Amino acid sequence: MDIFLQQLINGLVLGSVYALVALGYTMVYGILELINFAHGEITMMGAMVSLAVIGALALAAPGLPGVLILGAGLAVAIPVCMALGLLIERVAYRPLRHAPRLAPLITAIGVSIILQNIAMLIWGKQYIPFPAILPQGRHEILGASISDTQIAILVLAVLIMLALILVVQKTRLGRAMRATAQSRQVASLMGVDVNRVIASTFVIGSALAAVAGVMVSAYYGLAHYYMGFLLGLKAFSAAVLGGIGNLGGAMLGGLLLGLIESFGAGYIGDLTGGFLGSHYQDVFAFFVLIAVLVFRPQGLLGARVVERA
Amino acid sequence: MSSVPSLNKAQPRWLVFGLLALGLALLPFLVDAGLGRSWVRLLDLALLYVMLALGLNIVVGYAGLLDLGYVAFYALGAYVYAWLASPHFGLHLPFWVILPLGAMLAGMFGVLLGTPTLRLRGDYLAIVTLGFGEIIRIFLNNLNAPVNITNGPQGINLIDPVRLGSFSLSQPHEVFGYTFTGVHLTYYLFLLLTLAVIFISMRLENSRIGRAWVAIREDEIAAAATGINTRNLKLLAFAMGATFGGLAGGLFASFQGFISPESFNLMESIMILCMIVLGGMGHIPGVIFGALLLTLLPEVLRYTGDWQRNLFGQIYVDPADLRMLLFGLALVAVMLYRPAGMIPSARRRQEFADAKG
Amino acid sequence: MRALLTVSGVSKAFGGLQALSDISLQVHRGEIFGLIGPNGAGKTTLFNAFTGLYTIDRGEIHLNDTRLDGRKPHQVLQAGLARTFQNIRLFAEMTALENVLVGRHARTASGVVGAVLRLPATRREEADSRERAHALLHRMGLAKHAHRLAKNLPYGDQRRLEIARALATEPSLLALDEPAAGMNKAERTALRELLLQLQADGLTLLLIEHDVKLVMGLCTRLAVLDYGVKIAEGTPDVVSRDPRVIAAYLGDEAL
Repeated sequence: MDIFLQQLINGLVLGSVYALVALGYTMVYGILELINFAHGEITMMGAMVSLAVIGALALAAPGLPGVLILGAGLAVAIPVCMALGLLIERVAYRPLRHAPRLAPLITAIGVSIILQNIAMLIWGKQYIPFPAILPQGRHEILGASISDTQIAILVLAVLIMLALILVVQKTRLGRAMRATAQSRQVASLMGVDVNRVIASTFVIGSALAAVAGVMVSAYYGLAHYYMGFLLGLKAFSAAVLGGIGNLGGAMLGGLLLGLIESFGAGYIGDLTGGFLGSHYQDVFAFFVLIAVLVFRPQGLLGARVVERA
Repeated sequence: MSSVPSLNKAQPRWLVFGLLALGLALLPFLVDAGLGRSWVRLLDLALLYVMLALGLNIVVGYAGLLDLGYVAFYALGAYVYAWLASPHFGLHLPFWVILPLGAMLAGMFGVLLGTPTLRLRGDYLAIVTLGFGEIIRIFLNNLNAPVNITNGPQGINLIDPVRLGSFSLSQPHEVFGYTFTGVHLTYYLFLLLTLAVIFISMRLENSRIGRAWVAIREDEIAAAATGINTRNLKLLAFAMGATFGGLAGGLFASFQGFISPESFNLMESIMILCMIVLGGMGHIPGVIFGALLLTLLPEVLRYTGDWQRNLFGQIYVDPADLRMLLFGLALVAVMLYRPAGMIPSARRRQEFADAKG
Repeated sequence: MRALLTVSGVSKAFGGLQALSDISLQVHRGEIFGLIGPNGAGKTTLFNAFTGLYTIDRGEIHLNDTRLDGRKPHQVLQAGLARTFQNIRLFAEMTALENVLVGRHARTASGVVGAVLRLPATRREEADSRERAHALLHRMGLAKHAHRLAKNLPYGDQRRLEIARALATEPSLLALDEPAAGMNKAERTALRELLLQLQADGLTLLLIEHDVKLVMGLCTRLAVLDYGVKIAEGTPDVVSRDPRVIAAYLGDEAL
């Protein structure tokens, strides 16, 4: 019980990051039925670009308040990622919208590899540290501690998710997105500019990814050109867990996966009598993914789909 | 009128085969003389990848099951070989026992990993198999405590080379005054096995089983309604692909003498997929071409390092780093502009052409 | 007349929607049985139920003495029930000949070993399959298309190809889901001829069809479904005069 609360806090923080990235996957899948493999790399780009800005500012103007520097990093990273998402959709996915299923999937893998390696060529293979510009305070709650960074991530993530829900439920664009996700054909017959909706979906998802990327690098204190791969895979698992195509599902799935990983890593030593250690942490997401897809492919909140003959 | 029978049709065919056989037999020597010993080694590696690509071709190309974790079978074959022919467990069984054993175990693993995926559709299948591949790599990396099974990230080395009695493939041998080095002999062994794999693939492609696989790929529901036991046939595809993968893995272990989990990561799976996508999915000549291209071309890239040095005085871009970037670009480019591959089968070209129009 | 296909008390619900309620009917050997009803009546659902694509909630389905419900599609096929689909499901990238060859799959047995080693039994089986496939193509007037990709065939020929493929499986009962859909008058007449010929050759046929004229002039007996319930069964004469049937199609309660 001693580590329970701590793991809970850690899990929720991690989970909210997963949720933000999972939202991007689920939105694209809902409309295009495509797994955007490159999404994890966009998160990575968000982290790398923002770190480049933050690192530069921290060096050049050490007197500036940390929040401002962070804001500047975000202000650059978000548009860059949005542009990337737009570019990828336009160049790599749109031409293949009517190709056999395998094609966009393979292209997505290709784009993912390209982004990874471009990052590697630009920033090198070493870990890039996140400068200590943020308040480092920790607070004690019932025997567990929570840091300022963790609080910030939680708060920001919740705000963003609320904002997204507002956009999807209350705005014209949101309505168009929901219609397109239901049926592209009918939506376009109803006057929806499907191409614009799809582009917007990628843009919004990429923006979320950028923020998530910054959060991850702030939380772990570093960024690396390879960080997107695993993160993306886990976020995708989260989206599937919650029910792919379902926004609430992505959020729920993200939080759950964060908790599963956190508790799993914390307790696995005890559970397996020391045979497996916490370095098996990454495996949890995969097991969750496989279990969900095999036993309940529609996820927790998704609807059952029957293939009609 | 002359009654000399016209052999014109049969002759060129046999001539071509004869020349090809001769060429293949002499190849290692030609390469050695022209490009150096390291290129012969590369040739051996290329043959391994041809085997792997053909194996994956059965799963992806014929049956249409996108397996992104194929490297797991490669790894299994390699580790089985390492466990049974190295100081790690102190076992030194002969290669003609371990190779088939490793291949068979890999095949069984193929059935094991394939079973949960049977009801999954395209993208989900890809992700789940990717997950399996990663899980296996993580386990290989960590199963060194409490019991040391895989020796973790350090891997297993001092693996026995292929040996027949006192005749070892790692030593040079003299025949008729000609020196056959280890890599030359390995070439012939690999070539033989690769030809066997090609042969088996060809026979399967044009058989009841091959047609059933393609039917499943085309329309699984219609295939089932036409009497095909889709479950068994999908598992068979996984098993056959895995068997070839395991065979290649065992050969790899004996060839390199050292294996570690690093060699069996996701990028390997993706690379092998690249080979069949670029070459021509489901089409044996295309797959062979893709495998050869993607193994040999990166080596050519190494020379760009020298060119850069000569032109600019220093290396701006390490060619090794460029390798994966170019792979990614090639994948995207091929999917956009030549999705049926460089040497597509006639029908595949048709399929993609129609989708575009 | 012996019953070939017996459906008793079959019910199937999708979530809250009761697609089939307590359906019972019999298809007798050698007849052409029609399954008609307004759109959404459950005809294709029933089809999918006895070909193993859907599992039923209640009831039983038998083909001769073999129980069909609960079996997988390929087992249903092996028992002797072949089907075609409402939206043609051919193997698009395979040639017409190959499509029909796939139809031979369930009646042949050679596996990996046979294929790789080209054992005599395998070679004989292949030769036999090809011979039968060519014969079927010829019979369906598709011989000229043998090596064309199925997707490139004209629509009417695609439908015939689907039938040819089904015939290759040597069924005792051939179930056709709207075989006349999208056909013009000449094609329908040709189809009618074909189905009558198949019947004359000893095959039992089960049809879902919307073209009432075709059905009336072709079927030995009919069953009418409406909202998942069977509202009439009998010869075309009897059924066409049934007030419930008329009401279902015309929405007219009064006669």
